[in-house]
Amino acid sequence: MDMTEEISSLDTESKSGMSAKVLTINMGPQHPATHGVLRLVLDLDGETVVKCTPYVGYLHRGIEKLSEHRSYMQVLPLTDRLDYISSMTNNIGYCEAVEALFGIELPERTQYIRTIVSEMSRIVNHLLWLATHALDIGAMTVFLYCFREREKILDLFERLCGARLTVTYPRIGGLKNDADKKWLEDVYEFTNEFPGRVEEYETLIDKNRIWLRRTKGIGVISAEEAINWGLSGPTLRGSGVPYDIRKYRPYGVYDKVNWEVVTGKNGDVYDRYRVRMEEFRQSNSIIRQCIDQIPEGPIMADAPKFTLPPKDKVLSDMEHLIHQFVLVTKGPQTAPDGEIYVATEVPKGELGFYIVSDGTGKPYRMRIRAPSFVHVAALPKLCEGGLVADVIANIGSVDIVLGECDR
Amino acid sequence: MELLLMFVKILVVVTIFMIHLLYVQYFERKVIGHMQARMGPMRVGWHGILQPVADALKLFFKEDIIPSQSDRPIFFVAPIIGVIAGVSTIAVIPLWKSFSIANLNIGILYILALSSIGSFSIILGGWASNSKYSFLGGLRSSAQVISYEISLGLSLVGVMMMAGSANLSDIVNAQANSWFLFPQLIAFFVFLVSAIAETNRVPFDLPEAETELVAGFATEYSGMRWALFFMAEYAGMFIMSSLAVVCFMGGWNGPELPLVGEYSGLLWFVLKVYGFIFFYFWIRATLPRYRYDQLMSLGWKIFIPLALLNVIVTGFLRVL
Repeated sequence: MDMTEEISSLDTESKSGMSAKVLTINMGPQHPATHGVLRLVLDLDGETVVKCTPYVGYLHRGIEKLSEHRSYMQVLPLTDRLDYISSMTNNIGYCEAVEALFGIELPERTQYIRTIVSEMSRIVNHLLWLATHALDIGAMTVFLYCFREREKILDLFERLCGARLTVTYPRIGGLKNDADKKWLEDVYEFTNEFPGRVEEYETLIDKNRIWLRRTKGIGVISAEEAINWGLSGPTLRGSGVPYDIRKYRPYGVYDKVNWEVVTGKNGDVYDRYRVRMEEFRQSNSIIRQCIDQIPEGPIMADAPKFTLPPKDKVLSDMEHLIHQFVLVTKGPQTAPDGEIYVATEVPKGELGFYIVSDGTGKPYRMRIRAPSFVHVAALPKLCEGGLVADVIANIGSVDIVLGECDR
Repeated sequence: MELLLMFVKILVVVTIFMIHLLYVQYFERKVIGHMQARMGPMRVGWHGILQPVADALKLFFKEDIIPSQSDRPIFFVAPIIGVIAGVSTIAVIPLWKSFSIANLNIGILYILALSSIGSFSIILGGWASNSKYSFLGGLRSSAQVISYEISLGLSLVGVMMMAGSANLSDIVNAQANSWFLFPQLIAFFVFLVSAIAETNRVPFDLPEAETELVAGFATEYSGMRWALFFMAEYAGMFIMSSLAVVCFMGGWNGPELPLVGEYSGLLWFVLKVYGFIFFYFWIRATLPRYRYDQLMSLGWKIFIPLALLNVIVTGFLRVL
């Protein structure tokens, strides 16, 4: 067979003249458990991974470059396609960055709604993560239980903005539309039952001996190494680093509600799993507090560059008509000169938008700091020395999505 | 005349067994579906009752793909070995009151031997595909079979000692008053786990571990060839379930039921076997998958010593 003839620097030769050759296998881009089109080239000694090399770029669509040819508003739908599992948080991250560039102050109600939908999005993301992670390790039932709740949130998203996955709900300077009272009540009802559901998932796997043996002590990364590798989000917190952008540079209303940064201790697959399970509860409590506190008020900021003028004025007044016409057909024509980097805590980690403006209505350069990209880079660190089965557990535990990684 | 009768017997049993193979996967999909908060197949026929027929038709008409780099003769033969080994095992299973196609004196050995041959289909299939994933699946399978065959065989030694025979009908007759389940509890436990490993079912489905090895040994197989592997797996499940029923749970023994009268023995046997098959499905819906090295250490460090201990204890008790 051909496979035995491959030559690698990792091959070893013993004194008896018999040589052991490493088996190079190509995991992905089409593979049931690489969470998209990730390609890992694994050098195996038996079933032990000697070397792991990730290759990315199979889902590259040039979102950063495309942004340079679009007005600030037109970039927004592109950000949906980064992390398509929780597009809401990407939208909000981008809007926060542009709003910081233009110096737009958001109305309070908008900030509350954005926080609510961010946390709902976080729950959706973690549900999908738990579902696929458990499926990767072989627990099939968790998958379908998680999808049951995910469906409910997606339905709520659909009622709010008409879309389930690629929502494009926020707008620069506000939101597409207000959340009505009934919707907020239904979200509140969901938060009543959700903690019970989380407990249900835990009964399925949390105490299962096979689950513990598959996750404890696997893919260990210490706090120091995790920081050096640039990890963020639950993957970093699993190693015990209490870093969460929602706490350290609060946006939205994260400073007005009570919640805790969840951290793990050992930095293994199990701790990363625990962190996300606790984040379900934190997110749930944030949503409840936000709904309790949410004030009435406008949802669009006073930002003439992005906010359409009132309809009755447009129909009766020439200046407003021109304003609407220019905004809709061309977008804002000028922007403040300068550069800005704004990071938000998306479910997967730190999502940063670095925007360079040259004063025109389009970004001169937009760079996206995607957590998945950084996490993929850390995979060799986690996988090497483990077994093939651990590679799968590790890919699941760092929670990557290739849309965001390849952009 | 006797030969003709034999032929009719074989025909009837094998036909029923084939229908079982067709519908047991419908049963599985329904059971697991309801455990997972969904319905299972619902579209083809009433509550999806014709789904297996539709699946079988689809598999028959699929293109037969053979990888150009494969070892063709072995690639052809591998699934056939599996399904023949699986189906021919049913010959010695005493279904009801000593009714079995062949009442062999070495029934248990026959089953063990054929199930070992069955695992050759996986090893050969994995090798012949000339794909690295299949190859790894085949390797895992050979290691797994060697480890668990031993504990499976050892766990049945206790039963043979108690019954004083390796004939399956004799074993059932020896349990007319009380099942071997209770005196052979350890053996039963070892047998149960080893049987799951032997049939490559969750949580020991490492040779085909979907999320690690794509589909393991079956990666390059499609259409009817793949279906043969599938049939072999489900045949193995039936065999292991009926072996458990015969050796530990009294086979066809059971109180006479109303309506069925003298056929209640057959009904008891079928009920017990399906109970076991249900247990298989239940496990599949519940447990994650073991890792390869954990599986091996479990087999060699826990199950084989346990089974040996059981043999020794049973031996002492027999002597006393």
